[in-house]
Amino acid sequence: MTAAELDAVRLSLSVALRSVLFGLPFAVLVAWVLARRRLAGQIFLDAFVHLPLVLPPVVVGYLLLLLFGTRGAIGGWLYDTFGIQLIFTSTGAALATAVMTFPLMVRAIRISLEGIDPGLEDAARTLGAGPWDRFATITLPLMLPGILAGAVMAFSAGLGEFGAVITFVSNIPGETRTLPLALYTALQTPGGEALAARLATISFSLGLLGLVAAELIARRLRRVLGH
Amino acid sequence: MLKIHATKRRGAFTLEVAVDMPTPGIVALFGRSGCGKTTLANIVAGLLQPDAASIEVDGIVLEDTRTRHRIAAERRRIGYVFQDARLFPHFDVISNLRYGERRAPLSERRITLDHVVHVLGLEPLLSRRTRDLSGGEKQRVALGRALLSQPRLLLLDEPLASLDVARREEVLPYLEKLRDEFALPSVYVSHQFDEVLRLATHVVLMDQGRVVTQGGIELVSLHPELRAIVGPDAVGSVVTGVVAAADPQTGLAAISVGNGTLNATMRDARPGALVRVQLLARDVILATYRPEGLSVRNMLAGTIAAISDDDADTDLVSVDVGGATVLSRVTRAALQSLALRPGMPIWVLVKAVSIRGHAFPAPRAAD
Repeated sequence: MTAAELDAVRLSLSVALRSVLFGLPFAVLVAWVLARRRLAGQIFLDAFVHLPLVLPPVVVGYLLLLLFGTRGAIGGWLYDTFGIQLIFTSTGAALATAVMTFPLMVRAIRISLEGIDPGLEDAARTLGAGPWDRFATITLPLMLPGILAGAVMAFSAGLGEFGAVITFVSNIPGETRTLPLALYTALQTPGGEALAARLATISFSLGLLGLVAAELIARRLRRVLGH
Repeated sequence: MLKIHATKRRGAFTLEVAVDMPTPGIVALFGRSGCGKTTLANIVAGLLQPDAASIEVDGIVLEDTRTRHRIAAERRRIGYVFQDARLFPHFDVISNLRYGERRAPLSERRITLDHVVHVLGLEPLLSRRTRDLSGGEKQRVALGRALLSQPRLLLLDEPLASLDVARREEVLPYLEKLRDEFALPSVYVSHQFDEVLRLATHVVLMDQGRVVTQGGIELVSLHPELRAIVGPDAVGSVVTGVVAAADPQTGLAAISVGNGTLNATMRDARPGALVRVQLLARDVILATYRPEGLSVRNMLAGTIAAISDDDADTDLVSVDVGGATVLSRVTRAALQSLALRPGMPIWVLVKAVSIRGHAFPAPRAAD
């Protein structure tokens, strides 16, 4: 692999990983609220969380620009207070990726949570476990297969996020040019077909690896956890 | 003292219960499915919010809606054994047992792991995964887990209902041992009269969210509304007696009841032990004079106390046999031809094989 290819792979892995780390706590929280609480407006929260699945990624990138641009409501504040800039940076790419893969994570975690008998939490409660204790010792370990599967799934999908990333953070070599962006650039460049083919093969392999790993981990955990 | 006063409205269903019982002892909440037993158990455990309630165990107020006092479920220290054991699938047996123990205050840890493991026979299970246990084993582990949480009150919600007959017979002796070994105030929810017969010191008969009657099992067993709940074939009075003599060879025990003696099949009978027997009304025969030349070994002399309608063409005759009451189901034709009426002296006959005795050493609750 050339340095540019390596850069793209390394960047994609880093962006995907950061997007998962960033999104996971929120995904667990949202999945828990959707599966265990009965709140007014829950159906809207559910729909909102799933929006990135149905919106054109460019729209998501555009909305991120409005909110997190250096003159956006949140981005402006971040820049003025902490000097954090999101647009044109790999951190911004991670944010865009996190938003796009969020529904995948929530979905996997929520399904595993819905498979856990709430009666077990009641039992833990009568045995003296408070809310955090119950969550840490009963709910969280039992939803681990879902969390891991969701995380690996989101990571694999995050490696290939294109539309939202290019709209929000542009296509800067070494900073925001991830695998799919490098592939797109290669296709736009005369004589870049060979590079494009290699990048496509790498994407394909990583995606396949991720999905197989997710399934293997989930199976293994389910066995350990006694499901 | 155990006090459970609670009301809860849910749509058209209203639960309204007031139970007061001396402790230790086992109060049985007995009634058909859907009569509100489990709802009440959840209110006592603090898992369900009542409309109004006053719940007290041995001087500790768990909930009083008038003073807005409410101890959270996780601090009530109520050992709840659920119908579906609800063991934690990601822990082995020993970790399940210790879950509640670890969270009990150090100063309150009186029940030890060794004791519980010994009484419930859990040694061979300790390192097993919970999914490999049989239904009966699961319930024994659930019992142990609840006991080790050092409960003020043990709450057993139909712990045998999900088991087949053989498994039930396997777990029941452990429940009796529990009652005798740990002497914890307990609430036992059931719709099986034989479980109540073997375990309860105080019976609350419930129907559609209300208490029909409550008291000692002898009294409750005579209540006319019991028939609708247990079915006509299970109607019969419960009497308490003392083992006068026991023959381990034949498995028969002579039990003093009222002013007579009954012979009953009973394992491990010890002379002097208190015993409960249920005499099913359909198995009790009446005679107006002392019969001779019969194979029936059990004869009690008594007086007819009352006669009540049972079915379209049968009646229930209650006979006072000297401090205990026996019910007999007779056809209306027999009633008329023998000219049975209250106050009349009568002989009560029961086949020994129809009687099963259950040792019941716990102190009886005052009615």
